[in-house]
Amino acid sequence: MIVLVLVLGALVLVGAVIIVRARRRPRRPAPAVARAPMPEVLVTQATPRPTIDQVAPTSFADRLSTSRGVFERVRAVTSAGVLSAEQLGLVEEVLLRSDVGVATTNEVLEQLKNDGAVDGLALTLRRLLLSYLGSSRTAHTQAEAGRVAVWLFVGVNGVGKTTSIGKLAHRFVSEGQSVVLAAGDTFRAAAADQLEQWAIKTGSDVVRSSEGADPGSVVHDALGRASARGADIVLADTAGRRANSTNLLDELAKVRRVADRAPGQVVETLLVLDATTGQNAVSQAREFLAAASVTGIILTKLDGTARGGIVVAIERELGIPVKFVGVGEGVEDLVAFDPEAFVASLLDA
Amino acid sequence: MFDALTERLERLSSSLRSRGRLSEADLDEALGDVRSALLEADVELGVVRAFLDAVRTRLDGEVVNQSLTPGQQVIKAVHEQLVEVLGSTPLKITYASRPPTVVLLAGLQGAGKTTTAAKLASWFKQQGRQPLLVAADLQRPAAVEQLRVLGSQIGVDVFSHASDPVDVARRGVEEATRLGRDVVIIDTAGRLSIDEPLMREVRSISDATSPQYTFLVIDSVTGQDAVATARTFHETLELSGIIVTKLDYDARGGAVLSVRGVVGRPVVFASTGEKLSDFDLFYPERMASRILGMGDVLSLIEQAERTMDREVVAESASRLMSGTFTLDDFMAQLNQVRKMGSLGGLMKLMPGVTKEMRSAAANVDDGELNRVEAIIRSMTPHERRDPQIIDGSRRTRIARGSGTTVNAVNQLLKQFTEMRKMMRQMAGGGTPALPGGMGRMASLAARANAQRSETMPEGFEALAAGMKSATPPTRSGGKSKKKKGGRVTPPKQR
Repeated sequence: MIVLVLVLGALVLVGAVIIVRARRRPRRPAPAVARAPMPEVLVTQATPRPTIDQVAPTSFADRLSTSRGVFERVRAVTSAGVLSAEQLGLVEEVLLRSDVGVATTNEVLEQLKNDGAVDGLALTLRRLLLSYLGSSRTAHTQAEAGRVAVWLFVGVNGVGKTTSIGKLAHRFVSEGQSVVLAAGDTFRAAAADQLEQWAIKTGSDVVRSSEGADPGSVVHDALGRASARGADIVLADTAGRRANSTNLLDELAKVRRVADRAPGQVVETLLVLDATTGQNAVSQAREFLAAASVTGIILTKLDGTARGGIVVAIERELGIPVKFVGVGEGVEDLVAFDPEAFVASLLDA
Repeated sequence: MFDALTERLERLSSSLRSRGRLSEADLDEALGDVRSALLEADVELGVVRAFLDAVRTRLDGEVVNQSLTPGQQVIKAVHEQLVEVLGSTPLKITYASRPPTVVLLAGLQGAGKTTTAAKLASWFKQQGRQPLLVAADLQRPAAVEQLRVLGSQIGVDVFSHASDPVDVARRGVEEATRLGRDVVIIDTAGRLSIDEPLMREVRSISDATSPQYTFLVIDSVTGQDAVATARTFHETLELSGIIVTKLDYDARGGAVLSVRGVVGRPVVFASTGEKLSDFDLFYPERMASRILGMGDVLSLIEQAERTMDREVVAESASRLMSGTFTLDDFMAQLNQVRKMGSLGGLMKLMPGVTKEMRSAAANVDDGELNRVEAIIRSMTPHERRDPQIIDGSRRTRIARGSGTTVNAVNQLLKQFTEMRKMMRQMAGGGTPALPGGMGRMASLAARANAQRSETMPEGFEALAAGMKSATPPTRSGGKSKKKKGGRVTPPKQR
């Protein structure tokens, strides 16, 4: 910590030197720089994503059935073996526009350049992307004998944690399990109310506390309730938090420890990610992995125009598998992740 | 990634300088790096292309500036172009001659509309207005509740009604007129841009209330999809501006540039934290630096100029240069830093500061600084001037006097000594191992300075040169690595 102060003192000194020197010198007007005219509207037709304008698919399945667009174009220019610059450019564009990210895209391009695409560009590309999505996707629901299984939900603000919990509660309840929801988001105004409404809607039990209460204690109480009633599973909400705030992540780690103590056992820690998120999703995943040992990802809002390609990068770099995807607003619209379908939809951009 | 960009560009062969002009090939190489950097920052591909074209035009044939390396020149052009795009056609809030002024907020689910509505209300209140919040998000469970809670925190009334959203909005405006409120902020349901019924609904709300301002609330972590979103909303609602949220995340926020590029509307407000006060007008320069990952030297310097006592600073600066920097100077410096604001905030503005350092700084509270001050204050004037004389028994006394441990005193002294050593070498143009941030800070500051007075002040040039040569290409520097290289261990939680 003292280190920091010193670094800071030093840095500010440098700044100070600059100021002082700058002040001593009369300012001369900077010569005019040639200004490039920038159009008022940079890009009017920025995303030529043909499928969006033609049809507005409302569900993931619909979108898969309309596997057209650039993927078709990619197929159209396919010739076995060596790839042209144009083809590679097309692949790059499709991947970048799906938020797959520069690093992963470059790796794919590199592989395509080296190995060519003997069985056609489309198939090769598909296989390459699928090779990044290799992890096991089993969602564990069983705790050790005598303990209650806990699923902990983590993520930044606004990604749909509470909604995902509601949908999963519905899923478990309709499978005949008894569910306890823990309203561990004690920060956001009315978050507990939102979860309570889901509890009523799905017929689950909810444990909540007042705003600003210690989330650990809410989870603790929920575990007590669950074990007393012999519930099958506890779904624990947490407050959305920045992935770069140590204090908040420490707090989360604490919640996880509480949830993992008998009678509870954390069998899944699910990071909820919004499909519209860009490259920051990787750093979110990294931080939450470190703080709460994330075991899987729920990718929400895939029913929009966003492709969620960033999960490819996350799985490639960090090995965290996507386990569920949110594909609509309906209570049934949280489904198990299907890599094949996902890759198809990425390439259908 | 971006730090790497800045480094890469600065390393662009110095032989370019002698040619006096940036060649086509140099530009291609440099702009290729810029392209990757922008894409990593989530700027949309089409916008990246248009942007690079503009930068190319700007740089084309420009005579190489004597005081800048070609790499720096590219960065400067990119930065300026960013500022120009982000900052052109600013929006000035004017109020309707016949109140109330209606403000409509729209955006995707989870972008932060409800929180933004409250923050905006609070902002208007600070401007001496009397806002009314209207909760027309009847979709998300408990959204109305959330706005009520937030409203009560900032002392702004919230209107809602269990009917349909259009009706709520219309009645909200009527209610505002009745109560004599001059600003109405309407929070609408989050929606996916392709969800037609909901887009129609927000359109009807807009038609029913004819808002003066329609703001799109967009999350700074949004990826390539930002463009599709913005375009659809713009086509539906004719946006007047953009509010960007969650700028406290460590995302580069390229989405802001994408959206600005596509809809041609200015970014008006930025939300930078969870607290209701973390909300302000949008500053294009800051965003430009952020997208480029440069830190915000200009803001930093401005802030320094505003708050620092120039006499004190000048004195310790000159002593720093001559290598006679004492603990007294250090403490004076520390107090100046404190005046500038929180450490975490300052670190954000500083370029080349790693994420670890930043989050470590965010967790430094005043108590820690107080402890450092206490230690120094527990020393005699003589000890402060010449820390060499502090032996074991003096250390024990200082620790007791400051209520800390001998260990803490040792640490402070050791690091102070090393810092001083480094500073002396730097001032003397030596080549101490000084990885990471400082060198970059110096060169960036040099650039900022060059923008101000075109030529760098002589004394500073020497310092900057010393620092530049002191910046090793890798972070495998010498002993002092732990100190400056960003490999700072986060402080223990207390």
